[in-house]
Amino acid sequence: MIAELPLDLRAKPSWRRVKSQIMIGLMVAAVGLVLVPLISVMWSVASRGAGVAFHGFPAFFTDEIPVISRSEGPGMGPAILGTLMCTLGATLIAVPLGILGAVYLHEYGGKRKFAKLVRFMATVMTGVPSIVMGLFVYVTWTLRFGYSAFGGSLALACLMLPVVIASTEQMLRLVPPHLREASYALGATKSRTILTIVLPAALPGIVSGSLLAVARAAGETAPLLFALGLGATSYNAHFFTQINTALSQQIFVNATSSFAGAQERAWGAALTLVMLTFIFTIVARLFTARIGRKK
Amino acid sequence: MISLRGTTQRADATFRVVAIIAAAMVLVILGLVALTMTVRARPVLSEMGLEFFTSRRWSPADSKFGALPFLWGTLYTASIATVLAVPVSLGVALFITQIAPPWLKKPLVYVTDLLAVVPSVVFGLWGILVVADKLGGRSFLTAGVILAIMIIPIITSLAREVMETTPASDKEAALALGATRWEMITATVLPHSKGGLVGAVMLGLGRAMGETIAAALVIGSALGQITVYPLASGNSMPAVIANEWGEADELHKSALIALAVLLFVITIVVNLIATSIVQRSMKRSGGTA
Repeated sequence: MIAELPLDLRAKPSWRRVKSQIMIGLMVAAVGLVLVPLISVMWSVASRGAGVAFHGFPAFFTDEIPVISRSEGPGMGPAILGTLMCTLGATLIAVPLGILGAVYLHEYGGKRKFAKLVRFMATVMTGVPSIVMGLFVYVTWTLRFGYSAFGGSLALACLMLPVVIASTEQMLRLVPPHLREASYALGATKSRTILTIVLPAALPGIVSGSLLAVARAAGETAPLLFALGLGATSYNAHFFTQINTALSQQIFVNATSSFAGAQERAWGAALTLVMLTFIFTIVARLFTARIGRKK
Repeated sequence: MISLRGTTQRADATFRVVAIIAAAMVLVILGLVALTMTVRARPVLSEMGLEFFTSRRWSPADSKFGALPFLWGTLYTASIATVLAVPVSLGVALFITQIAPPWLKKPLVYVTDLLAVVPSVVFGLWGILVVADKLGGRSFLTAGVILAIMIIPIITSLAREVMETTPASDKEAALALGATRWEMITATVLPHSKGGLVGAVMLGLGRAMGETIAAALVIGSALGQITVYPLASGNSMPAVIANEWGEADELHKSALIALAVLLFVITIVVNLIATSIVQRSMKRSGGTA
């Protein structure tokens, strides 16, 4: 095939080498261009957020949100609780469902038409805008049952589901077939083999993939805008009732505020949210590192 | 014949059914999204008719809803984002897969992935309070730049995967013929991964169109702007939904839901095409490798 490829080696050798160097230089520049926004975001969040978040520690993480957004001073406690509740709820819904879905796709479906369709649509589903999922939950759940953290969980779960399915199926593929065969040879049924042999073998990878999905979900804003309601400033530990709030929602609302106090709280909330998502991501990476060692 | 029927057999069948139901949830949710939202969007569509898609006038106060400016804003900002993100992403992906020494690969992958972990609202906050000042305020351009940063990790990681499937023998053959590294890339890596790269770019485009919060914060929320002037402030479909939902009455809400349906349809179509392109090229290269 090489003969057909656009490979012209007749140009002057020196120019060819220089051209190659220039292109490699551009690639290095692209890497640099990616680092600029990353460092700038991190620096802005850390430098502007740290002073707010850690002033009079732990006031910022425990105090309620000021009712009047003009006022200065701390308080993101209810938003932290709201984010944790929504994310935990979403995890409890999406992770078991996603794992089961992936078990079907890999252990039962294989190359069947239905499995192929589900696999394809799951990939498409990851591209559905989060705001669409938020409105979907508003239309089907919130309109009937009112604002609550649970509505937020439903919306986040819809976003997490395809991610969990895809990452879990990939991990199931890594489980060597001879483990399954050994289990069948001992007389175990298929469901028993899956539950006691296949899933435990793939567990670190599944946990890692799920945690990455959780990290992504914790940072989502758009799906929560419709489910949580607006204006919550005090703690609400009720999962199924009453308006609630979340860190991402607080950042969104306060970012457009012209009051310095509100903007500061937005930066503090941003730092808190970034730390939260990074913790999930780092823990996920630790699990991935464990699989790497095992292989 | 040994009879294996019994409680264990029934449990086995039950488990299988539960797994099928879980997998079917993907289709159920997508179907419900299309169905329930279209129902909610009907009031405004019957009120406005086709004008909803062609009118430039969006005036909730006198119940006029024309989505055209937002459609324009979505396509325009997503295009800016894609044009900016593609060269950078391809450059990074090429550097990681073809040029970088082995010890540098992993850290670089981590760094680009880190960009994907930063929540969209944090990019929005950074965009509105840090970047917007440097780019002359909130505008199509500011939104395009922020969206570009957000889709770079997606395009990069997909491009990386596709490029890595280039057979080593092809690359070595090119190098053995005396090709420079860049000639090796244009002769083997790029032709080999062309299809997958097109798909990756389209997935990035789809993501940019649906990205809500960052765009809502930095696009400027101006009504009715259809202009190619990048420094004009405008609005996009997801941004309008996020910004106007709080004070919307019934018909207005229906109009915003109709916008979401339109957005859903566009992103689904883009994703369907992109996903099938990526999968086809992956399968092809998987066969030869």
